[in-house]
Amino acid sequence: MKYLLRHLGLYLVAIWVSLTLNFLLPRTMPGDPVTALIGRMHGKFSPEQIEALRKAYGFTNAPILQQYFAYLSHVLTGDFGLSISAYPAKVSAIISTALMWTVLLGIVTLLVGFVLGTILGVIVAWRRGGILDSVLPSLFNFIGSFPYFFLAMLSLFILGFLLKWFPMSHAYSDLLSPGWTWEFVGSVALHLVLPAGTVILVSVGGWLIGMRSTMIAVLAEDYITMAEAKGLPQWQVMFQYAMRNAILPNFTQFGMSIGFILGGQILTEIVFSYPGLGFYLVRAVTAHDYPLMQALFLMITVAILIANLIVDLLYVRLDPRVRVS
Amino acid sequence: MSASMQITPSEKTPARPERAQSAQLEFFRGLLSQQKALFGIIILAIFLLVAIFAPVISPGDPTRYVGRQNQPPSSEHWLGTTGQGQDVLAQVIVGSRISLLVGFTVGLLITLLGLAIGMTAGYLGGFADGLLNVFTNVFLIIPALPLLITLASFLPPGIVTVTFVLTITSWAWPARVFRSQTLSLREKDFVFASVVSGEGTFRIIFTEILPNMMSLVVSSFFGNVIYAIGADVGLAFLGFENVTTVSWGTMLYWSQNNSALLQGAWWTFVPPGLCVALVAFATTMLIYAVDEITNPRLKTEKEISSVLKKFHITARRSTPVIHEHAA
Amino acid sequence: MNTPPEPALLDVRDLRVEYLTARGPVGAVDGVSFTVNPGEVVGLAGESGSGKSTIAHAILRILRPPALITGGEVIFAGRDTLKMDEAELESFRWSNISIVFQSAMNALNPVLRVRDQLIDVMQHHGFPKDQANKRAKDLFDLIGIDPQRLDAYPHELSGGMRQRAVLAIALALNPDLLILDEPTTALDVVVQKDILYKIAKLREVLGLSILFITHDLSLLVEFSTRILIMYAGEIVENAPAHELFNQPLHPYTVGLMNSFPSISGEKRRLTGIPGSPPDMVAPPTGCRFHPRCPKAMPICSQTAPIMKAVSADHSAACHLY
Repeated sequence: MKYLLRHLGLYLVAIWVSLTLNFLLPRTMPGDPVTALIGRMHGKFSPEQIEALRKAYGFTNAPILQQYFAYLSHVLTGDFGLSISAYPAKVSAIISTALMWTVLLGIVTLLVGFVLGTILGVIVAWRRGGILDSVLPSLFNFIGSFPYFFLAMLSLFILGFLLKWFPMSHAYSDLLSPGWTWEFVGSVALHLVLPAGTVILVSVGGWLIGMRSTMIAVLAEDYITMAEAKGLPQWQVMFQYAMRNAILPNFTQFGMSIGFILGGQILTEIVFSYPGLGFYLVRAVTAHDYPLMQALFLMITVAILIANLIVDLLYVRLDPRVRVS
Repeated sequence: MSASMQITPSEKTPARPERAQSAQLEFFRGLLSQQKALFGIIILAIFLLVAIFAPVISPGDPTRYVGRQNQPPSSEHWLGTTGQGQDVLAQVIVGSRISLLVGFTVGLLITLLGLAIGMTAGYLGGFADGLLNVFTNVFLIIPALPLLITLASFLPPGIVTVTFVLTITSWAWPARVFRSQTLSLREKDFVFASVVSGEGTFRIIFTEILPNMMSLVVSSFFGNVIYAIGADVGLAFLGFENVTTVSWGTMLYWSQNNSALLQGAWWTFVPPGLCVALVAFATTMLIYAVDEITNPRLKTEKEISSVLKKFHITARRSTPVIHEHAA
Repeated sequence: MNTPPEPALLDVRDLRVEYLTARGPVGAVDGVSFTVNPGEVVGLAGESGSGKSTIAHAILRILRPPALITGGEVIFAGRDTLKMDEAELESFRWSNISIVFQSAMNALNPVLRVRDQLIDVMQHHGFPKDQANKRAKDLFDLIGIDPQRLDAYPHELSGGMRQRAVLAIALALNPDLLILDEPTTALDVVVQKDILYKIAKLREVLGLSILFITHDLSLLVEFSTRILIMYAGEIVENAPAHELFNQPLHPYTVGLMNSFPSISGEKRRLTGIPGSPPDMVAPPTGCRFHPRCPKAMPICSQTAPIMKAVSADHSAACHLY
C-alpha cells in the first residue's frame, strides 16, 4: 500500500509541475498568443473582440496568482479553450481524437514489444551459449544504435515506397470513413504495421537484453537448483520459477520506459503522419498555437502517468513481498 | 565399498591437453575485450578527426548550390545532392562538427549535473535527499521529448538553446544512478573511517567516494553522449533547431521536408543516419569493454560458454558427464 | 572388511568432478568412493572447499556450469545416475533421492506460496490435487509447523520454519535417501538442535537413509552411523562414528577434532590446523595434506597414500598405516 501511495504522490506532483510549467512558459516570452492569432486573422478583430479573446485565453491583467487559479480551474473542468491554428475549433475536440490514435499505437507497441522481448529474453537466457544467445543480443544492440526515426524512414522508404507493401501515412485509408466495419478495422491495422513495427523492432532489443540479464541472475539462485532437484519439468522451472521472479525488475523498468516510448512516439507520428498527440503537438508548436500545445503536452504527460499507475498496480499483484508493506 | 576402488598415483589422469590451453583461454579473452574497445576507439577517432579537419577534407561548401537537386551518387558528387542541390558528402563531413560537438558537450554537462545532484542527495541523506529525490523523480517521469519540444519552442533556435534544453531535461537518469551508487558506497568502512577521522564532507566525496565510482561515471558519460547525439538529431529532425546550419540532424529534417522518401532520394537521409548509428555503436562497444573489465561476473560467463563450446558440450540443464576414455 | 548383507543403497565409485575456470580445470572431487547402506546415516565432514557439497550435487546431477563430471559411477538401486538422460533424471529425482539445501532462505521460490511449492512436485509425480494437499498437511504436522502456515509466502516465515518447510518438501515423495547439505549452518544454535532432533525422529518413523554433509564434526557424533572425512577433494578416513571419535587415525581427522570445543567435556586447549587449504589448480604432490601434517614423512610428499583398511570397517589414506 505504501508503495502505491508513494508512487501516486509522485504522479500528482509531476502533474502539478507540468501544469505550472505550461502556465509559466508562455508568460515568460515576449508577446502573447492572442497577438499571434490576430496576426493570422489579418487583424479582423475589433478592440472589444480582442479584449474578449484575451480573457478567453486567460491573458488578463489580473494578478498572476489569480490567473493561475483561473487556469487551473479551467484545466480541471476540461476547458482548454479554442485553438489558434484551427480557430475556432475547440482544443478538447482536437485532442480527443488524437488521444485515441496515440493510445492505440502506444498500447500496441508497448505490449507487443514487451511480451516479445521478454519471451525472447527468457529463451535466450535458458539456452545460454546456444545459437540464439550469440546472435540476438548483439543484433538488437546494433539495431538499437540507429536513431529510431531513421529506421522509421528507412522502413517507410523500402517497404512503403519501393515495395509498396504498406501505406505510407495516416491512421487509415483516406477513402474510408470511420466506423466499426471490417474494412475500417483492417485499414487501421494495415496502417499500424509500419509505425508500430519500427518501434517494436527498436524496443524489443531493450526488453530482451534486460530480461536476459535478470534471468541469468535468477537462474543462479538456489531455488532454481532446488526446483530442478525436485525433478520438475523444464518448462515449469523456466516459467513458474525463473521467469516469474526475473520479470519483476523488468516490470519497474517497463514503467520507466513507458514515458520514454510514449514520449518518443512523437517521432513515429511525424515520420508516418500518424494523427496522434505528438503529430499535433509539433504542428501546434510550429504554429505557435499555445492553447493547443499546452493541452497536448498535458495530455501526453497524463497518459504516461496513468500507464505508470497501471504498471504499479500490476507489480503489486505480482510481487508478494511488496504487498506486506 | 570404499576399499575396492584403489587408485594408484600412476593411474591418476595424465596431464591433459586442456591444462596447456588455459593460458590460451586467458589471452584470447583479453584480446576479445580489447577488440571491442579497439573497434570503438578507432571508429570514434575517425569521426573526431573528420570533424576537426572538416573544412580541409570537405569537397567544398556544404551550403552552396553545386548541382541539380536530388541527384543520386555519382563520380562528381560521391553521395549525390540534396533537395536543394547541395553536396551530400560535404554536408555529412561538415555536419559532423555540430553533431559531435553538441553530443559530447551535452553528454559531459548531463554527467556533471547528474553527479552533482546525485552525489549530494546520496551522501547527505535525510531531508536534502528526500527533496532532491522528489525533484529528480519528477524530471524522470515527465516525458523528455514533449518537454524538450515545448521548451525549445519558446527559445530562439540555436546551439546554445539546444545545449540548454537537452541538459535540463536529461540529467535525471544519471542523477538517479549516481545517487544509488553513492548511497551504497557511503556505507563502506573506508568512508566511515574518514568520517570518524574528521575529514570534511567535500574531501570525502571527492577523494573517497568519487574515485570508487569512476568506471560507472565513465560508462555513464559515454551513454549520455550517445543519448545526446540522438536527442539532438531528433530535435533537429522535428525542426526545432536552426535549420540553416548544417548538421546530421538538419540534414534529416530537410530530407523529410523535401519529401525525399516520396522521390526515392535515399542518399539524402541514409548517410547522416548511418553516421549517427556508427558513432553510437562504436561508443556502445567502448562501454561494453569498460563494463567487462570492471565486472568479473561477465568475464566468467563468457569463459563458460566458450569452454563449453570447445568441449562440444551442449548446455543442458543437468551437469554434463564426460569420461576420460571418451575424450 | 565387513561385506554388508544387503546391497548398498547408494554406491559411489571413483567419482571425479572438475570445475572449468580461466586458470585451468580445477579438480574439486578426485576419485571419491563410498556407500550408504539402507538405514544408515553417513556423515561427510570436511572444510569448506573440500568438495563435500559438490558430491551431493553431483549425485543428483544438479551442479551448475562450469562444473563437469569427469569420471566414476553413482549407482542407486542398480541404476547409474551419471548415465541417465534428462527424462530419466526428471523422474528419478526427488522420488528416490532428495536434498535439503544449506540456506532455506534461498531455496524457496519467493513468489510462490509454500503450499504450491510443496504440492507441485507431488502433482508432477501423479498425485491428484486433493491428495497432494492432504499429504502437505500431514507433512507439516510431521515436522511440527502449523498447517495454516502452508498458505504463507517464504518471506513471511522465520528462518527455522523455512528450513523445516524445505525439509517437508524433501520428504514429500518419501525418498529412500535424504541428502542434508549443511542443513543447520545458517541457523542459530538452539534452532539447530531442534531441527536435528526432528530429523532423527523422522528417520525412525520413515525409515530413511541419510547422507549428512557438514563441516561441524561435533554434529555428526550423536547423529551418524558412519563418518567419512574429506580433504582437498578426496576421502581420507572412513569409520563408524564412535570408532572415529575414540580412535581417529588420519592426522587431519585428529586436527579437526581438536579444533572444536566440547561443551560437556573437559577443558582443553583448542588447536587449529596450521596452514591453509591447498590450491586445487595445483594441489600438493603426494599426499595432499602433507604440508600441514604434523606427522609428515619423506614419502608423504612423493607418493599419494591409498585408502587402506586399518581395522575391520575402519580405513584411512595415510602412510602411517
